[in-house]
Amino acid sequence: MAKITLSKLRHSYYPNPSSPSDYALKEIDLDWSDGGAYALLGPSGCGKSTLLNIISGLLVPSEGRILFDGQDVTELTPDKRNIAQVFQFPVIYDTMTVYDNLAFPLRNRGRDEETVRARVMAIAEMLEVTDMLDQKAAGLSPDNKQKISMGRGLVREDVNVVMFDEPLTVIDPHLKWKLRSKLKELHQRVKATMIYVTHDQTEALTFADQVVVMQDGEVVQIGTPVELFERPAHTFVGHFIGSPGMNVLPCEVQGGQALLAGQAVPLEGAITGTPSGKTEIGVRPEFVTIGDAGLAATVTKVSDLGRHMVVECDLAGARVNAVVNGSAPDKGGTVHLSFRPDQTRLYVDGWIATQAQEAAA
Amino acid sequence: MKTENNKGWFFVLPVLILVAFNALIPMMTVVNYSVQETFGDNVFFWQGLDWFEQILRSDRFHAALGRQFLFTFLILIIEIPLGIAIALAMPRKGFWVPVCLVTMALPMLIPWNVVGAMWNIFTLPDIGLLGYFFNHVLGIEYNMTQSPLAAWMTIVTMDVWHWTSLVVLLAYAGLVSIPDAYYQAAKIDGASNWSVFRYIQLPKMKNVLTIAILLRFMDSFNIYTEPFVLTGGGPGNSTTLLSIDLVKIALGQFDLGPAAAMSLIYFAITLLVSWLFYTLMTKDDLN
Amino acid sequence: MALELRQVTKRVGGDLHIKPVSLTLETGHFNVLLGATGSGKTSLIKLMAGLDPIADGSVMMDGTDVTKLSTQKRKISLVHQFFINYPHMTVRENIASPLKVAGMAKSELEGRVEEAASLLQLGPMLDRRPHELSGGQQQRCALARAIAKESRAVFLDEPLANLDYKLREELRAQLPELFAGRGAVVVYATSEPEEALMLGGETALMDDGRVTQFGTTADIYRNPENVQAAAVFSDPPINTAPVVKQGDQVMLNAGVSWSVSGAAAGLSDGDYTIAIRPHHVLPVATDHTQVRMSGRVQVTELTGSESSAHFEMGQGSWVSLSHGVHPYEVGALHEFHMNPSECYFFAPDGTRVA
Repeated sequence: MAKITLSKLRHSYYPNPSSPSDYALKEIDLDWSDGGAYALLGPSGCGKSTLLNIISGLLVPSEGRILFDGQDVTELTPDKRNIAQVFQFPVIYDTMTVYDNLAFPLRNRGRDEETVRARVMAIAEMLEVTDMLDQKAAGLSPDNKQKISMGRGLVREDVNVVMFDEPLTVIDPHLKWKLRSKLKELHQRVKATMIYVTHDQTEALTFADQVVVMQDGEVVQIGTPVELFERPAHTFVGHFIGSPGMNVLPCEVQGGQALLAGQAVPLEGAITGTPSGKTEIGVRPEFVTIGDAGLAATVTKVSDLGRHMVVECDLAGARVNAVVNGSAPDKGGTVHLSFRPDQTRLYVDGWIATQAQEAAA
Repeated sequence: MKTENNKGWFFVLPVLILVAFNALIPMMTVVNYSVQETFGDNVFFWQGLDWFEQILRSDRFHAALGRQFLFTFLILIIEIPLGIAIALAMPRKGFWVPVCLVTMALPMLIPWNVVGAMWNIFTLPDIGLLGYFFNHVLGIEYNMTQSPLAAWMTIVTMDVWHWTSLVVLLAYAGLVSIPDAYYQAAKIDGASNWSVFRYIQLPKMKNVLTIAILLRFMDSFNIYTEPFVLTGGGPGNSTTLLSIDLVKIALGQFDLGPAAAMSLIYFAITLLVSWLFYTLMTKDDLN
Repeated sequence: MALELRQVTKRVGGDLHIKPVSLTLETGHFNVLLGATGSGKTSLIKLMAGLDPIADGSVMMDGTDVTKLSTQKRKISLVHQFFINYPHMTVRENIASPLKVAGMAKSELEGRVEEAASLLQLGPMLDRRPHELSGGQQQRCALARAIAKESRAVFLDEPLANLDYKLREELRAQLPELFAGRGAVVVYATSEPEEALMLGGETALMDDGRVTQFGTTADIYRNPENVQAAAVFSDPPINTAPVVKQGDQVMLNAGVSWSVSGAAAGLSDGDYTIAIRPHHVLPVATDHTQVRMSGRVQVTELTGSESSAHFEMGQGSWVSLSHGVHPYEVGALHEFHMNPSECYFFAPDGTRVA
């Protein structure tokens, strides 16, 4: 196991990148501690796969270094980095039995059969595949094949990091949550550093202690699932995590106050600096209340989701979602919206620009 | 309510007619000849299975069959590994891919009798490029009209030159269909190059290789034109393969009955061995 | 326009893969087929589209029997889970292809293509080929083709399953508007309960080749007729447990009991199965939660806006779903609070009694 450090990492697929848009990966500095569970979360094309390939050694970055436990591995090939990787599609050796598949990485490294047997049995037990050990791997169902791929990643006790590249893509929706929770459990048992790449918020938040949210080749926030949900540092994080995502409403800033349709909106804290650029208010639908007083808006759509309703309103041309428990107003009617102040923030050019409330509040 | 109808069979009809003309009718003619004796004038005498017995007991047939198996064995043992090796060495991406593919395909485009004639000239001891090189530059005596060994080496080399490309192309098609993730996973698992070949490339090529082996077996087992043009079956009978012998009997000696019986036996052997190959190579997939 | 199935079945070998299904699907809203993978959604769509032969029964469109009519003549569109476009054609040609086949005049055709493309924000991509598009754009192209074509019925078979999460959310919100007022019967197959609820309209729950319940989506979510319907329409899975009713008390295993009220009060004493949705089992007490239970947390999941905890209590496994992101400690004993008035009661044969 190892601590992973990414230092001033940048990557471009062009030979002579000139503008920032030429970079698939903008400057990244990161420290991942030994034994942690991390996720790289973002939409397709955000650079998370590029970053994964750089960590695994399939790609050499244009600039910057990667260190495993302080040792520079930037130029090392994947097999020299002592890592394990689970791919989107299960990779199994068709002609081998499940046992031989799991034993393969150990036998290749010349471990004696006794050690191999002990490790394989332990991993098979964790993955609940003990009864399949003598079967040919080719005949397994996709989810079991993926379990075997994961098993081959976990069977070596000396790996620096285990990486998962959207490993649940081919798994039937009804089996996904089982594998998802299995992975979490595995991490707690083997204590290896694990990096999980995905575009699915549930997979990322469920698996990781710390999630790195990426957009357009840039890290927009690193935080625990709670931090990402409760205090998004960027409008993109607010939008991407949570469903429906955070409401982002264009506003004006005057005299230290945020104005929405001419009315001042109370924020969680003081505005930091002097905002210049695009100013927006961010508030999650869970913290929008429909009542008698507040900002006037027109109801444009009501979705009954069973356990709650999502009311979509038009507020001075901007769309606001509110999560409502109990009865919802009629479509077309006028309502008054208020935002819970401690959950209402100002964003300038996408980045958070209000001071956090003290814990006392 | 049943919505099925049987009109679909009409689509298959042309093929059935074609197969009938192509295979069944000529085949029946052969069967007809194989059990009778004729001296021309459309006069036939019933022979029963005499011809079959005669062929199966004849030393000449055994010798030709032996040579046929030896030839097929040699070309399979050379072409299949060589084809795989070349396919493995070919680039998977980039500018050189089409160049390699076209170069590989070239020998297969040449008509068989031309191949025979080319190699005939190529190996002439006094004016052929190869023949001259061996005899006058290297000082090794090489004359396939006199030495059976030289004749054998030449027909085998010629076939390897002509048909290894087929194996290469099929194996290559199997190789390029392997996703990159497999190679990456193998690297990460610490697999050696041999392991990658043994556990990834070979299993993924298995289906196309089955086809390659079957095609090369059937083709080489029935080969006629190239060795006939090249050696005419000589020197002596040393390169008289089954097909060449068959033509000698049928057209040279005009023994239609024995020739017909022989072709049926020939056909049966080809079918049997093909079936054996196929069953052995695909038996893993069944369970 | 209406699409009606009368006692339709499908047979594979000797087995009935679709057991007699009768449904009337109307235009003007989405008709959702909701069921797990393998429950028969795609098979049923294929029967409706005429792609597979029907063993028994009939399919009616607007009162006329189309059972024997070929797919080509039924005037329908189908959008599949995988992005199926013609690779050698541009987006424009892809959208136009069914219209060309139908022999539409060029002037009208161009207008239609532009309209469908602008609805799905494909305007700037009209002259690109499918391989130059992202997955979401490819599926929008396939959807645009279905919208441009004048169809009597549109079948959408898990069209969003292979898209990124956020993209799925956006398209799902747009879809009902896109098809509104087009006069076609829209049938949408999905395996996700959440998706059915977001699309609204009417839902047919499918389980093992049969329709277990059909009605207004939110309505059947709130009033499942039987255990299967309750189970199919719940994600995370609904909590079920055997209970004994005695007098005004309902007893769950592990010493949890409460006094019944509402419809369940009228039930005769005996054994029942209760089912309660995960969002009525909460990690904190509220005014409505009267039953306290405690269990060992096995697995937790954070979906973004909500958190779920699977916990073990007595013999059974339970799930709690609550707003916000709460990290639970796996393996620890935790208290949960249940609102018993939200329990469904089922008789031993699975039918809902209260």
